[in-house]
Amino acid sequence: MNWVANNLPLILQRTGDHLAIAVPAIILSFVISIPIGWVAHHYRWSRGTVLTSIGLLYAIPSLPLFIVIPLIVGTGLRSPVNLVVGLTLYGIALMVRSTADALGSVDSNVEQSASAVGFSAWQRFWRVDLPLAGPVLLAGIRVVSVSTVSLTTVGAVIGISSLGSLFTDGFQRNITAEIYTGIVMTILVALVLDLILVMIGRALMPWIGAVSPRRAARNARAARRSGEVTA
Amino acid sequence: MIEFRSVTKKFPDGTVAVRDFDLVIPSRKTTVFVGSSGSGKTTLLRMINRMVDPTSGSISIDGEDTSTLEPVALRRRIGYVMQNSGLLPHFKVIENVATVPILNGVPRRRAHQEALTLLDTVGLDRSLADRYPSQLSGGQQQRVGVARGLAADPNILLMDEPFGAVDPIVRAELQVELIRLQRDLDKTVVFVTHDIDEAFLLGDQVVILETGGLIAQVGSPSEIMAAPTNEFVANFIGAERGKRALSIRSTGSGDILVDSSGRAAGILVAPTAPDAE
Ligand SMILES: Nc1ncnc2c1ncn2[C@@H]1O[C@H](COP(=O)(O)OP(=O)(O)O)[C@@H](O)[C@H]1O
Ligand SMILES: [Mg+2]
Repeated sequence: MNWVANNLPLILQRTGDHLAIAVPAIILSFVISIPIGWVAHHYRWSRGTVLTSIGLLYAIPSLPLFIVIPLIVGTGLRSPVNLVVGLTLYGIALMVRSTADALGSVDSNVEQSASAVGFSAWQRFWRVDLPLAGPVLLAGIRVVSVSTVSLTTVGAVIGISSLGSLFTDGFQRNITAEIYTGIVMTILVALVLDLILVMIGRALMPWIGAVSPRRAARNARAARRSGEVTA
Repeated sequence: MIEFRSVTKKFPDGTVAVRDFDLVIPSRKTTVFVGSSGSGKTTLLRMINRMVDPTSGSISIDGEDTSTLEPVALRRRIGYVMQNSGLLPHFKVIENVATVPILNGVPRRRAHQEALTLLDTVGLDRSLADRYPSQLSGGQQQRVGVARGLAADPNILLMDEPFGAVDPIVRAELQVELIRLQRDLDKTVVFVTHDIDEAFLLGDQVVILETGGLIAQVGSPSEIMAAPTNEFVANFIGAERGKRALSIRSTGSGDILVDSSGRAAGILVAPTAPDAE
C-alpha cells in the first residue's frame, strides 16, 4: 500500500497512457467494422468468406503482430500507434461478426415498412437499421472493450508504456505491490469503460425498456378499457 | 385511378404470385382485395408503390406508368399501413407520424405540429405523442399507423390487413373509424383483408381473389352478394350458409329474418331513401 501511495503520479500516468491506446482502438474497431459488417450482412455470398477471414485475424499472436506492424505502417517500434493499429485489428476481428449479427437482428417487418413509407436505402441504414441494431452492437463493443483493455498491456513487453508497464517493471525490480497495482488498475479501467459504454447505450437507445413488459400489459389493458372505447 | 394491365409477378424462386392481372381501381373509392392467405393480395398491393416490381405487364396511376417513376419518391406520396402497424419502435409516436413529411423536407417543428392534428383525426389522445410504440395497445398502434399513412396527405392509401392483429371489438371500432375517415378525406383506398365481412363493410369495390391473383369476381358488395359468379365465390362469401342466408319466418307477433341455423337475425323494414354516400 505504501508503494501505491508513493507512486500515485506514476499510476495515473500509466493509466492515461493505457487509455490513450485502448480508447482510440475501441472507437476505430467500432467504426471500421460497420461497413465491413454491412457488406457481410448484405451480400449473402460474402458472409462466410468475410466473417471467417476477418475472424482469423484474432488468431495472429499479438507479440509478433506488434513487431510486424511498425514495418508495414512505418512507425517506430516503440510508438503507441503500432499498438493502436494492432488492437484495432483484433477489435475488428471480433466486431465485424457482431455488426453483421446486429444488422441481421433488425425486424424485417420494420425494415420493409420503413422502405414502404419512403426511406431511401441510405436513410434507412442510418435512421432505422443502425439504431435498431444498437443492442447487439452494444453487446459486441463491450466485449471488444474488455479485450482491448486487457491486450493493451502486452505492449509493455516491447516497451510501449501502459498499465502493463507496471507488471514488467514490478517483475524486473521484484516489487509485488506494483504488479498487483497493474492488475487491479487494468480491471478497474475495463470496468469503468464498460460502465461508460452501457451509459452511452442507455442515452442513445431511450426506447429500450421505456416501459417494463408488465407495465406495458397494464397500460394496454387500461387503454382497452377506457381510451379505446371512448376514443 | 390505378390501372393494372396484364400484370404478372413471378418471384425468383419460381412462385407465380400474380398471373395476367387486369383491374381498374377507381379514384376516391375504397377497393378491397379479399382472398385467403397466399392468394397474392400483398404482392398486388406492393406493386402499386413499387415495393415489388411486376415481371411483366404495367401499372399506371392516373395514366402515368409507375415503372417510369422513381420508387422512393413514389412511396412518399402513397400512404402505406400494414399489419402490426410497422411503426418504427425507436421513434416516438409523434416522430412516427411525422416521418414522411420530414423525409419530404418539411421542417421538424411544423411536421410535429401537423402530426398532433393527425392524432386528433384518428382519435388518439395527444398525450400519447411522446410514447414509444411499445407503450401503446395494439389498437392504438394501428391508429398511429393510419395517422402516419395520412401524414403526407397522399391521394392513395394502401392498407395491408391493417386490423388483422387486433381483437374483434377493437377491430370493429377501427373499421367504423376508417369509414368515417374515408367519408371526410376521400382518398383512393386499396385495402387488403382475408375477412369477407370486413371486405363487404369497407369496400365500394370488392375484388375476390383465388390463388395466383386470379380474379374470381369484382363488384360492389351488393352485386357480389346478390349474384356470386361461381361456386368458389358463393362458398367464400358464405352465401349458402350461416348468417348471410336469411329467410323470413312468420311468428305470432310479425315476420322476422332468421339465418340458416334458425337464429333471429333481424326484421324486415320498408326501404329507406338511398343514402347520399
Ligand atoms: N418475396 C417472395 N419470394 C417468393 N415467394 C413469395 C414472395 N412473396 C410472396 N411470395 C409467394 O407469393 C404468393 C402470394 O403471396 P402474397 O402476395 O403475400 O399473398 P397474400 O398477401 O394474399 O397472403 C405466396 O405463394 C407467397 O408464398
Ligand atoms: Mg399478405
